[in-house]
Amino acid sequence: MTLKLGVPSKGRLMDKTFEWFGARGITLERTGSEREYAGRVDGIDGVNLILLSAGEIPRELAAGRIHLGVTGTDLVQEKLALWEQLVEPVEALGFGHADLIIAVPHCWVDVDTLDDLDAAAAAFRATHGHRMRIATKYHRLVREFLQASGVADYALVDSQGATEGTVANETAEAIADITSSGETLRANHLKVLGDALVLQSQATLWRSRTAELEDGDVQVMEALLARLV
Amino acid sequence: MPTRSQTLARATALRAMFEAQGAALVEPPILQPADTLLDLYGEDIRGRAYVTSDALRGEQMLRPDFTVPVVQMHMAHGAEPARYTYAGEVFRRQEDNASRANEFVQVGYEVFDREGPAAADAEVFALIAEALRGLPVTPVTGDIGVLMAAVAALKTTQARKNALMRHIWRPKRFRQLLDRFAGRTTVPAARAALLAGKVETDAPSIGKRSETEIQQRIAVLRADAKAPPISAQEVDLIGVLLDLKGTMPVALEQLHDLCVDMPQIAQAVERVAAREAALAARDIDVQTLQFQASFGRASMEYYDGFVFGFRANGRPDLPAIASGGRYDALTRQLGQGGEIPAVGGVMRPDLMLELEGAT
Repeated sequence: MTLKLGVPSKGRLMDKTFEWFGARGITLERTGSEREYAGRVDGIDGVNLILLSAGEIPRELAAGRIHLGVTGTDLVQEKLALWEQLVEPVEALGFGHADLIIAVPHCWVDVDTLDDLDAAAAAFRATHGHRMRIATKYHRLVREFLQASGVADYALVDSQGATEGTVANETAEAIADITSSGETLRANHLKVLGDALVLQSQATLWRSRTAELEDGDVQVMEALLARLV
Repeated sequence: MPTRSQTLARATALRAMFEAQGAALVEPPILQPADTLLDLYGEDIRGRAYVTSDALRGEQMLRPDFTVPVVQMHMAHGAEPARYTYAGEVFRRQEDNASRANEFVQVGYEVFDREGPAAADAEVFALIAEALRGLPVTPVTGDIGVLMAAVAALKTTQARKNALMRHIWRPKRFRQLLDRFAGRTTVPAARAALLAGKVETDAPSIGKRSETEIQQRIAVLRADAKAPPISAQEVDLIGVLLDLKGTMPVALEQLHDLCVDMPQIAQAVERVAAREAALAARDIDVQTLQFQASFGRASMEYYDGFVFGFRANGRPDLPAIASGGRYDALTRQLGQGGEIPAVGGVMRPDLMLELEGAT
């Protein structure tokens, strides 16, 4: 008989989320030792804080194991097919801004657009005998974007971290990744394609469309949402 | 909804019909090596097929269709000419439409024959039409070969024709390319500067795409900038062709009209006419049979001639009940040096039963 609120369990995203709720009179905090993932909610009754990896929050919302959750638009859209049917955005929180973009080496002076990328990919495949590789961890979003844009002769290769380094290491020719400032891209001699903004993401409060609300929970949800938005 | 055993019983009966036509039964494995399919279709196939893997064989795909393994098998050790039939499950991811089945039974018939392509096209179409007789379905036909011939006939550079040919199956990108080659889009400032040789970079050369490749593409871009635009008349003709639709006699009349302005498509149009005659010889009512020049363009990119599909009347929610086409180029790609004209089609026994139940 409690409403479950999922929040990222560490880092800046957790701190900023706690701040955002705090500004609305609801205090979220971690309890116990530094390493223990337990939390407490003050300022409203009947809400249980669940600390989770930001990447797992979409799945938990979709399964209805949490009623509300804070995570990025990028993670929801990558991990959940038909996400609109599973979760509903309640409020954009105004932080955690990041763009999912496609970047190529800065020295590719002939490639500025998706049209160029497509043409370069065709020539690359003819020269090297394999498709142009794009390193990413956002497979579904990037594939759907490139398919809709009519880009061919590329292959996605998985990269779960240090994606900007894959080009210099020659395990990929281009990357698709989240960027906030672009500094890491510049430091790795990469540039963003002008028309290849796959997704603009920010931290968002989501409501599960599948989690069941028991009698008392309905009032708690109404009271909580009235305070938040 | 039909039960699984009803579907399988119907599949067996349909397969027997093809076997009675002299088709050899083939049973390709459900797990297919992923690299062949990835090489053919690229990343798009990952959005449509289920991929799994083990440490020994690496990535495998649950077969998304039978055509590719049947072509591979025929090219490796098939006798000529050959007719094959098969029945079994195929698997397709359906991430955007929960009402579409991700596992369903297909029954197919494939003809590998160097003689009489029109007769082979008509044979496949007529056998499937016969199997669907009485069901509330309407066939549509088309021919990707006519569009390919029209692209090949454009009075422009080979590089532009190749680019358009490569995107024949991606209507949006095809249109963008055609507009650009026709000079209908403005050249961005950055591109103008590059062409004028005013772009310099001190960025270090990184990655596998070499400086030589970059310079080669700049040379291609410069050559393209010098080439005259594709004429408005030619762009309009392609537009007329893409929009062309009607009954076979009406469509053929329009195609013959187009031949006056595009004489190079005459051969491809003759193939459509020969097919019409072959279909009529098999008692297909060509007077009412629909032909759409764009039909089959957005499907998976291996059909390069005749294409057809049977849709359920008043049921736009259902996928095609049967579909197929000619895929000569696929046999070349998978043939390791060999090639043979080939045409085939598949049916959905589950949907046939569903339609029968509803009538």
